[in-house]
This record gives sequence, C-alpha cells and structure tokens, in this order.
Amino acid sequence: KKRLLRKRFSHYYSEDGAVDWRQLPEEILLQIFQYLPLLDRAFASQVCRGWNQTFHMPELWRCFEFELNQHASSYLKATHPDLIKQIIKRHSNHLQYVSFKVDSSTESAEAACDILSQLVNCSLKTLGLISTARPSFMELPKSHFISALTVVFVNSKSLSSLKIDDTPVDDPSLKVLVANNSDTLKLLKMSSCPHVSPAGILCVADQCHGLRELALNYHLLSDELLLALSSERHVHLEHLRIDVVSENPGQQFHSIKKSSWDAMVRHSPKFNLVMYFFLYEDEFGPFFRDEVPVTHLYFGSSVSKEVLGRVGLTCPRLVELVVCANGLRPLDEELIRIAERCRQLSAIGLGECEVSCSAFVEFVKMCGGRLTQLSIMEEVLVPDNKYGPDDIHWEVSKHLGRVWFPDMMPTW
Amino acid sequence: ITCDSVNMAPNSIHWFRKGLRLHDNPALQEAVRGADTVRCVYFLDPWFAGSSNLGVNRWRFLLQCLDDLDSNLRKLNSRLFVIRGQPANVFPRLFKEWKISRLTFEYDSEPFGKERDAAIKKLAMEAGVEVIVKISHTLYNLDKIIELNGGQPPLTYKRFQTLISRMDPPEMPVETLSNTIMGSCVTPVSEDHGDKYGVPSLEELGFDIEGLPSAVWPGGETEALTRIERHLERKAWVANFERPRMNANSLLASPTGLSPYLRFGCLSCHLFYFKLTDLYRKVKKTSTPPLSLYGQLLWREFFYTAATNNPRFDKMEGNPICVRIPWDKNPEALAKWAEAKTGFPWIDAIMTQLRQEGWIHHLARHAVACFLTRGDLWISWEEGHEGVFEELLLDADWSVNAGSWMWLSCSSFFQQFFHCYCPVGFGRRTDPNGDFIRRYLPILRGFPAKYIYDPWNAPDSVQAAAKCIIGVHYPKPMVNHAEASRLNIERMKQIYQQLSRYRGLGLLASVPSTHNGNGNGMAYSPGEQQSGTNTPGEFHFFFSLYLKLQTNKAYQLFYFLKCFKKG
Repeated sequence: KKRLLRKRFSHYYSEDGAVDWRQLPEEILLQIFQYLPLLDRAFASQVCRGWNQTFHMPELWRCFEFELNQHASSYLKATHPDLIKQIIKRHSNHLQYVSFKVDSSTESAEAACDILSQLVNCSLKTLGLISTARPSFMELPKSHFISALTVVFVNSKSLSSLKIDDTPVDDPSLKVLVANNSDTLKLLKMSSCPHVSPAGILCVADQCHGLRELALNYHLLSDELLLALSSERHVHLEHLRIDVVSENPGQQFHSIKKSSWDAMVRHSPKFNLVMYFFLYEDEFGPFFRDEVPVTHLYFGSSVSKEVLGRVGLTCPRLVELVVCANGLRPLDEELIRIAERCRQLSAIGLGECEVSCSAFVEFVKMCGGRLTQLSIMEEVLVPDNKYGPDDIHWEVSKHLGRVWFPDMMPTW
Repeated sequence: ITCDSVNMAPNSIHWFRKGLRLHDNPALQEAVRGADTVRCVYFLDPWFAGSSNLGVNRWRFLLQCLDDLDSNLRKLNSRLFVIRGQPANVFPRLFKEWKISRLTFEYDSEPFGKERDAAIKKLAMEAGVEVIVKISHTLYNLDKIIELNGGQPPLTYKRFQTLISRMDPPEMPVETLSNTIMGSCVTPVSEDHGDKYGVPSLEELGFDIEGLPSAVWPGGETEALTRIERHLERKAWVANFERPRMNANSLLASPTGLSPYLRFGCLSCHLFYFKLTDLYRKVKKTSTPPLSLYGQLLWREFFYTAATNNPRFDKMEGNPICVRIPWDKNPEALAKWAEAKTGFPWIDAIMTQLRQEGWIHHLARHAVACFLTRGDLWISWEEGHEGVFEELLLDADWSVNAGSWMWLSCSSFFQQFFHCYCPVGFGRRTDPNGDFIRRYLPILRGFPAKYIYDPWNAPDSVQAAAKCIIGVHYPKPMVNHAEASRLNIERMKQIYQQLSRYRGLGLLASVPSTHNGNGNGMAYSPGEQQSGTNTPGEFHFFFSLYLKLQTNKAYQLFYFLKCFKKG
C-alpha cells in the first residue's frame, strides 16, 4: 500500500520525505479503513477531525454485527454500549446488513430487542438473529420480542434475507413480514420456531414469490407448502433446509406426498434439499418410503441399517450423506447400493458404524474420483481376509486418486 | 564446574519429578556414574496438598510410587529424600549442605516444566553445580520432530507418524540401577531420615481417609513392571495386535492397564516400546511392526510434541491452535456434569467411576467430553480439563489431557464435528445389559436393560418396581439430547464456515482437511508448513493468519471483509 501511495500521491510528501497522512483523499482513506477491524478503525478516528469524518462515512456503516455478551455467561467480548448508542444515533439510517450475536443470557437477548426497536429509520436488507449458545431469544416474553421484530419488518420494506432461527416468532408477525417485504424476501431461515404453524409459513410461500432459500422444521412442511413454492409465479427455489427433530420418543410424523416433491423438482430442477434428522431409531417410519429429492442428508443420531437401505433406494439426487451412528451390524450392502443408485454422491461421513474393508473398497471403486469428501472414522473399517487396517488406505487412495486416511480419534 | 570437582568424585543429587523408577533412568545413571555420593530427592510442596486441586486418588498413587521408590532404593543401601518445599527455595541450601557438584534429572518437555528447570539450571550454575538432563519420558527428542517439520509441531497424527518414521528409532532402555552400577557410590543416610525425609502419609498431608476404599490402581514401579508382563502375556495369547473390540468389560479397570504408570513414569515408555516390538516379532515372525502397534505411546508423544512450545496449550484464548468457540458459562450445568447428576445414567456412571477410581476407558472419556462440550452442554473444554479431569484422572498429564480435550471438543487438530456420541445410544451399544450402570449407580439397579439408559422413558410401573422414581431418587435428564445436538451442530457449522469462508451446503467441507486434496497430492495446510506448495487459497490465508496472529484479529478481518463484500 505504501508503494502505491508513494507513486500516486508524491505531492503529499513533505521535504524530509515523510508522508503527510492528513492530506490523503477521503476515498483512499475509506478504502484503508474498510480493511481495518473496528477497534483499530475507532483508534484511527481519534487521530484528527478528517479521519474522524471518514470514520463516520455511511459506507463504513452498511454492515454491522452487534455482539451482545454478558461476562457471567460468555467468554467473548461485547460491542461497547457507547458504540451501540453512537450507531443508533448517527448511523441507523445507513445500516443495511445487520446481525445480532447473543449469548445464552436473557439480558443479551433483551439488549438485542432494545436495539431492534430503535431501528425505525432503517431500511434493512439483511437481518440475522443468532444465538451463539443456548437460544436466549426463547426466554424472552413473546410479545416483547415480536414488537421489536415488527419494528424492523414494518420499517424496512426491503428485507431480502432474514435469519430468525430459535426465536418466538409467530404467525401474525410473519403476516406483517409478508405485508411489507413480499417483493424483496429471498432468504428465510427459521428452524426451531415453535410458535409458527404450517399455515403461517404457507402464507409466506404464497406471497413471497422471490423466496429462494428456506429453512424450517419438518412440522411446518406440508404438501401445500411445496406446491406453493412450485407455483408458476414463484422463482426457482435454491435451497430448502428441513430439520426433523423428535420432541418425544415415539413421535408420529406426517408424510409428504411424492407428487409434491415431484412438483418441486419440476419447478426447480437444481434445488438443494438439505435434511437433518434427530430422531429415535423407531421414528423413521414415514421417511424414505417414496422417492425424495434430498441432496444433503445428515443423521444426527443413530439410524438403522434398514433405513440406510431405504435411502439407497429413494434418494437418487443425494450429494452428501453423513451418518453419526448406526451400530454394530456392517453396512456393506447398504453402502454398495448407495454407490450404485446415488450417482451424484460426492461426500460421505461415517461415525460409529461398521463396514467391512472389502465392501468399503468396492464402494470407493464404484464412486471413484467423484468423492471429494470421505470422512470415515478409523474404527468403522473392519478388517477382513482381504484388507487389514494398515493397508486399507492405500487401496482407497488408489481408487480415489489422492492420498487418503481415515479419521482418527486419540487414544486418550 | 570448578577445577576441584573435575578431579574429585562428585556428590550428586538426582531430582525425581516424573520418571519415578529405577529401570531405564539414564539421568539417574549419570548421577551415580563415578560419584562419591548420590541422593535421590523428590519435592512435595505441602501447599498443593491442602487445596482440592489434586484429588485423593492421585495423591495416594503418588505416595505409593514414592514408597515403592524408597523401598527399591533401600535394596541398594540408599533411600529416597522427600523434601517439603519448592525446589527453587530449597536447592541452594542442599547444594551447600551436601556439597553437591552434580544435579541430574529427566527432561520435562512441558512449558511450565521447562521454565522451572531453566531457573534451577541458573541456580545450579551459580552454585558451581554441573547439570545433566536426559530425555526418557518421551520416546523421541521432541525438538527434533519439530525441527523436521519446519519449526512447527505437526497438527495431524498422520503427519506426526510420517515424521517419526523418518527418524531414528527410539533408544533402547538402559539397565536398571543395581549394586554393580552403583559401584562405590553411596548414600549417606542419617538416623532420623524417616522423620526428616520420609514419605508422608495421606493423613499427614491433610486428607481425610476414613472410609476411603482401597486403591484400584496401586502406584509404584514394582506394580508397573508386573503389569507390563501381564499386558504382554494377554497380547500374545490373543495373538493379534489389532485394536481390541470395545465391550462391556473394557469399561472396567484392568489389571493390565498401564496409563497411570506411564504418566508418573513408573513404567518407562522405552521399555514398553521395546517389549511390544520384541513380542510382535516373536509372534508374527516379521521384523517391522506397523506404527499402529504403538498407538497408545505415539498419541502421548503426539500431544507432548504439540504442547512443548505452547504455554497456552491448555487455554482457548491466546492459543494459536485453538478455535475460539462461543462456549456457554454455566456453573450449575458444569457442577451437574462433574458430580454425576446429569440424569443420563451412561454419563453419570462414567463420572462416578472417574471420581471413585481415577480411571475411565478412553471411549468413556470421549463420551463425557463430548457431552460437556459440543455434544450437549456447550460448556468450555477448559472447565472439563482444569477442574475435573486434572483433579480426578490418575493418568492425566497436562499435554495429553489438554490436547485430548481440544480434540474431542473439535477445537483443534482439524477434527470433523459431525460425529456426536449419544449419551443414551453409545452406552447402550457398548454395554447392552447395563451392568456398568448398575455397578456405579446402584440406585438404578432395578431398571431392566430396556430402560436403564433412558429411565425417564420408563413407565411409572417400571420406575415403581425399581424403587427409583425419576425426578425424585434420580434426576431427570438435564437436556433434551435431540434438541441440544441440533442446536450444537448448527453452532459448530456456523463457526467453521466462518473460519473457512465456506459457502456451500456440505457439512463435511466446512472443516479443513489435509487429506482431501484435488487429486494433486496433499493440499496445503497452514498447520503443516510444508515447503514448495501451491499458493494458499483464501481460507488457508486467513487460517494461517489466524494462527500466526494468535488473536482473533484475522477472525474480525473476516467479518469486515465479508460485510464489505456484501455491500
């Protein structure tokens, strides 16, 4: 940077060759400031009036992440309250991309709502409410949260991206969102929002035809929703993320008709369907009976051999499969079937499962170089008469075309 | 060294810290070599015993080691000198009183140890005392490994294995100290040695031993040497050196278990290494055992290497290899975990065994470590390491413990975070009948195998029959595991995706991996510092910047550039 400055601004040099930093044009200073972390920028702003002015240029206040942490509940530092005051006073109308990171204390969530309620002059494009530990927004009185959020919905009118996972948002507030931002909303992430009903989210899908990314829990998914997202007026969906979480053991889940999924695929042939399952083994009844266009599949708890067998039969678009645990019966057949039928598969992760070395080699042979992510815990591979634990990685590396080793856990 | 001491036979002190053994102790041999007198000392800082910093099992183990040393030294007409106080304070007096001109000790690679030893070396130099230090607590000279890796410790186990396979094999263990080796060297022992320098008892150190059950893991070199023979016998009988399958029995303390003895140095790692090699060659009739044979020893070596130049190795803040994760501060939840009151029998049984006996199986450690951190409670790994494992675990040495905690909490070492140990399922798959639970949590004895891992799901009638109502006689589960894991996997994903600037949907691609190249051999990894690699991509640039700056400045820079690019 020094060299660049020297060349272009040689007349800013005083006789002894030192640069007169005060003479730097604002545009250059702005560029430099953009690379500085906030703290350094704040120090720089104290140097002189000119630099202070630059510090307050709107371009530097388009994005802000409010970090709200209490010493008693977090190891991380918080955004200084004075800075927050300054931002609300001088820059709230510059803010466009805002996120709130809160720790697990109710005070932090309250502070976030407090700031939100003051963003009356804001025309936000992006809003993210992120809990970094326990979901503290859920601890707040619902009405308090809703009224703060509604301030943004009503005033922004051009919200494009909204992340409100783990919050007490409800159907009426979604209606307000839709009433004001239906033309601009592209991304909505609302996993684990227990006060929303399928009707509430359907309203969003019906009105927000530009919606490209959606994340929600399975109980909100319905045939109507999928059809709404596939209607002619709707743009192509890019990502749909669904979390399937068990509230109580033996929970019954509804099923989605194959025709609804087919409509989605017809309308948005390239869309990604990401599904995260956190179920007991006996709750998988309604799943993987018919073809489902899932691309990224994660089993966060133990999944049975039988279900993995069904996955091979019903998930032709599968790109990534991650299995947290299965048990002690080898998944040889199931893996081979997946290699055969899931021709897009490029990433697989296996933990606490068992696969015989031979079957695994066969699997890798069939998938070949398309496997860019192969994360297999060491104990998964069971030696047999063909391959031992020390030579399996050579075979696999051969078929992958690069050096590969299984993942290890330390002997503690 | 003065002119005089070159000509006169020295008076030596051998300073025991770890390495509590007479076999394979090169530093001890140096103390004895050509010396007039030798005195073996061990410093006990009484200040430590009072605080609950170290648990009673560890103290008892240590005292048993010292007793064993003393008794073995007696056979050589020598004694152990247990000295109260800090080495830095006491050594000058001892140097004078005993006319010492040689001090020997086993090299301690841990940062705190290096600092302490540097100070002592200075003291010794000022007093004209020759200092001889020998490496015998680790298989290799760790600085050489680091040098071979371009000045940085390897951050993957694979890389570590590659490096050591290029080095000379570990040195053979040296002979056990014997009368022959002692030669004319003697130890002056006074009448009142027991009073002045005897090994104290637990009571003398202020512990209340009433009702203390007998030690499941008896300390001492003698016990260690018996165990290693048993350990090898069992291996030979099984005649296969593969990783043994985990079963219910593995969870219980084994009479062939060696880890506490390695930690205190009652068992020499070189001896273990060579006996394993010998046995393998005999049974398999080939000459080159695979590296996996030495798994237990090499993991220990790996963590020692990673820690030796990093005084912040046991911390998240200011630790260049540790990812800053926004853990929750939650003292109540931490206490429930530490005191075996989580309401998850699998977790509580393990923590009970830990507190009672001082050892748990390494997969049990994985289970409870995962539960505390990224699995369920989202509490910092530092809490598990410092207040709990360090206090209760007999074999927890600083490097291995901190390193393993970082690994298990996915805070370092490029560990994938998708695999979560279920506090119900994992236990059930390991010990379907639940005998381990019944043994350590007798209150749950009445539950059938079907419900013993999740007794809160048992119908009221079953609970009544078991005479244990959940919520009354045994706590309800402190978290909903499905919900907790959903939340936590999302948190980990957020963190890693920010670090790696990965924008895709894949879970696996968020974690940088040194194995997953693009078919062009190993991809560059900042932790490995390989020369002559491709220009690192953006992720690598920021990750290496992050590592170098040892702060989260690079992390912040991420955010601002991210925001700026969005604008």
